Amino acid sequence: MYPHILKPTAVTPTRRGFLAGATGLVLATHLPGKARAQAARIATGDGTELLAPNAFVRIAPDDTVTVLVKHIEIGQGANTGLPILVAEELDADWSQMRAEAAPENLALYKNLFFGIQGTGGSTGLANSYMQMREAGAAARAMLVDAAGRVWGVPTSEITVSKGVVSHTKSDRTARFGELAEEAMKGEVPVGVKLKDPKDFTLIGTSVTRLDSEEKSNGTATFALDLYRDGMKTVAMLHPPQFGATVASVDDSAALEVAGVRQVAQVPSGVAVIADNTFAALKGRDALNVEWDSSGAETRSSDQIAADFLQAAIFGAGKVVEDTGAIDDAFAGADRVIEAEYVFPYLAHAPMETLDGVIEVKNGEVDAWIGCQFPTADNQTIAGVLGLSPEKVRVHTMYGGGSFGRRATQASHFAQELASVAKAGGDGAYKVMWTRENDIRGGHYRPLTVHRLRAGLDTDGNITAWDNVVVNQSIMAGTPMEAMAMRDGLDPTSYEGANDLPYVLPAKRLTWVPQQSPVSVLWWRSVGHTHTAHAVETFLDEVLEATGKDAVQGRLDMMKGDRPRDAAVLQRVAEMANWSGPGTGDTRLGVAVVRSFGSYVAQIAEVEDRDGMPFVRKVWCAVDCGVAVTPDVVKAQMEGGIGYGLGHGLYSAITLGEGGRVQESNFDSYRSLRINEMPQVDVSIIDSQAEPKGVGEPGTPPVLPAVANAWRALTGKTQHQLPFRANMS
Amino acid sequence: MPTSFTVNGKDVTVDADPDTPLLWVLRDELKLTGTKFGCGIAQCGACTVLLDGQTRRSCVTPLSTLEGARVETIEEVTGPEAEAVKAAWVDINVPQCGYCQSGQVMSATALLQVIPKPTDEEIDNAMAGNICRCATYARIRKAIRQASDSLEA
Repeated sequence: MYPHILKPTAVTPTRRGFLAGATGLVLATHLPGKARAQAARIATGDGTELLAPNAFVRIAPDDTVTVLVKHIEIGQGANTGLPILVAEELDADWSQMRAEAAPENLALYKNLFFGIQGTGGSTGLANSYMQMREAGAAARAMLVDAAGRVWGVPTSEITVSKGVVSHTKSDRTARFGELAEEAMKGEVPVGVKLKDPKDFTLIGTSVTRLDSEEKSNGTATFALDLYRDGMKTVAMLHPPQFGATVASVDDSAALEVAGVRQVAQVPSGVAVIADNTFAALKGRDALNVEWDSSGAETRSSDQIAADFLQAAIFGAGKVVEDTGAIDDAFAGADRVIEAEYVFPYLAHAPMETLDGVIEVKNGEVDAWIGCQFPTADNQTIAGVLGLSPEKVRVHTMYGGGSFGRRATQASHFAQELASVAKAGGDGAYKVMWTRENDIRGGHYRPLTVHRLRAGLDTDGNITAWDNVVVNQSIMAGTPMEAMAMRDGLDPTSYEGANDLPYVLPAKRLTWVPQQSPVSVLWWRSVGHTHTAHAVETFLDEVLEATGKDAVQGRLDMMKGDRPRDAAVLQRVAEMANWSGPGTGDTRLGVAVVRSFGSYVAQIAEVEDRDGMPFVRKVWCAVDCGVAVTPDVVKAQMEGGIGYGLGHGLYSAITLGEGGRVQESNFDSYRSLRINEMPQVDVSIIDSQAEPKGVGEPGTPPVLPAVANAWRALTGKTQHQLPFRANMS
Repeated sequence: MPTSFTVNGKDVTVDADPDTPLLWVLRDELKLTGTKFGCGIAQCGACTVLLDGQTRRSCVTPLSTLEGARVETIEEVTGPEAEAVKAAWVDINVPQCGYCQSGQVMSATALLQVIPKPTDEEIDNAMAGNICRCATYARIRKAIRQASDSLEA
């Protein structure tokens, strides 16, 4: 999710360059040149040694191959996708592969696109594709060299398949574990030749996810599941308005609750530190806190939307794109179609709320967090506790969902966790947000207004396209601003409204940034969550108004310039037997969106059920380059569709009178449920292009596809989200 | 006053605030962490356990109501239905983030114990109380059908 446009140290390393760099770094850091051969071994806690050709691969005597995964597993499949790249080049058997979260180490485990250790922007596979293959190939070469030495045969005669190293002429075989000890004596090779993609045996096949079993029997461990000796559990009370602060705290009743040990004021609110969760929650209920609202956002969502709509016309905007003589084009238009859109704040609401454990002992800190930016969390914790970063170890845990929520651009949760430890003194603390903390805790998809105008000629062709986007910047005022914003522009505010796949003679995109104490954050597919809906429904209305087919009209406007966009659109039209929106009880609607380098087109089949859209089926065509694990690609499309659909139909965070959030839990912040999940049929375009992400790109097209079908069915346009806001 | 009941076939006696929800007894006291916290108000199903053989949201089940009860959690839930469900979950790669899946598996197990051959509508009805924010719902349906078929075979 998220800072996908961050490229402060964008690196696409050459094969040789990367391996030399990575292994060289290990050697330079830990070993003098003479001990070079020993760089390939690493001791474990129980005294055994593992073959460790690089920072990512560990081969044990028991034949298991563990991949240290530098991206957090939040459901998107990192713990399967990265190991499959290693296994492919290593010629391992999938059953011997294991995944483990890489420790926090900027030098070894940084995201090559970000320059810090981090997960986001659907970049996991894209930035790891060559790196993990290189890591696997180096390990394979060391095993082959070892076999050659042991057997006294030329390495050119040695083959590897499914975890077995063989020399056919002498009829000898060995498993990886049997060769590990000898391999440790060898040198770490550089520049090992990688496979030709046509020889792949694992990449492109569907495997069992490495985390499927432990996530089906309750043994997968999340931060919430950790219990340290003497650990206290902490409940948080946050201000009821964004920007409000604590004025006074009466904690007398809270401290009388059995098991409550301490009440501490921290920058983010008031912490109740207790022996167990229930005591902490009961203590929180007993707090009596006065708040200072002088700096708070007191506008309601309705007022904010009204202000943004005003700003769309009169506000000071920044021009993002301006091609063609747009004023002349509008002046010469036969007619002009206009529409305004309002998108609400949205919470991510991952199933696991924010939580974490911190343990401070003798000036050393361990923190366990399902975090997307361990580098930033380390620095934040060190800063709060006044320690040097080397004294802080951040352990990345499984994230129980994220959708962007754990990609905290200013490490606010790590700051809260460290602030609690600072107030409590040495010891272990678990901070757990309740669902109410989560729903009312801000860091929302920004409330956004779009104003769109299209000028048409007498043949119904679009000659002018003007889009004004009004919202609050996600990155301005955070540490990301200096890294990723140029000329005051935050691309995550309007991405998807620029660089359209359609050829337009005159086009202008303007962004009007707004300020508010409401905290905002990237939310699964970020700017595309609103731009896709605005662009693809407005265009659909224009095509309908001019008598053009929704699929052919889009293809015509691509004018052959956008083959990959066109290909997914054509594929999905074939899948759904598209011949227009149809007749009878249901209608079809279509949308096509490129995001995060992947191309996705969807067609939704929608019926009217009690005045609300009921989506029977969604067809989805995706081109994400090489589909490393097709089953994960399909799962991410399915999940992205469900996520986008649920929010588009039911969900909004609403600031009421005085700026207080009206929703508090899943009873008021409605989630998609199984009986509302459409059938999903996914087709993956066969591609040799470099792999791109799939965590986010499934989400943007579904809502406009549904809205376009709904308009065809009922004649009603959906310019204000969610759907239920306009129903009943 | 201490409360005595069984968890996964073992006798337990817990002396804690009688209002403590079973969820926090399981997690904080017994360190059975497979059962998850999601909402605290019986809306999401992440905390689903079997209580005397029926699905129950442990987040709203006070300790004081548990005297003599029989509790089964994801850690030890056994029997042909539970085994079939877990096997199908892995085979179909149902989980994404995985956080809600303990509750999903418990609800699916209870469904197959009562209705061995559920229709799609019966599956939806039985599982509608379990939210999955990753929206793994299509695979949950498929896995329950597969588990049902494997029990019949």
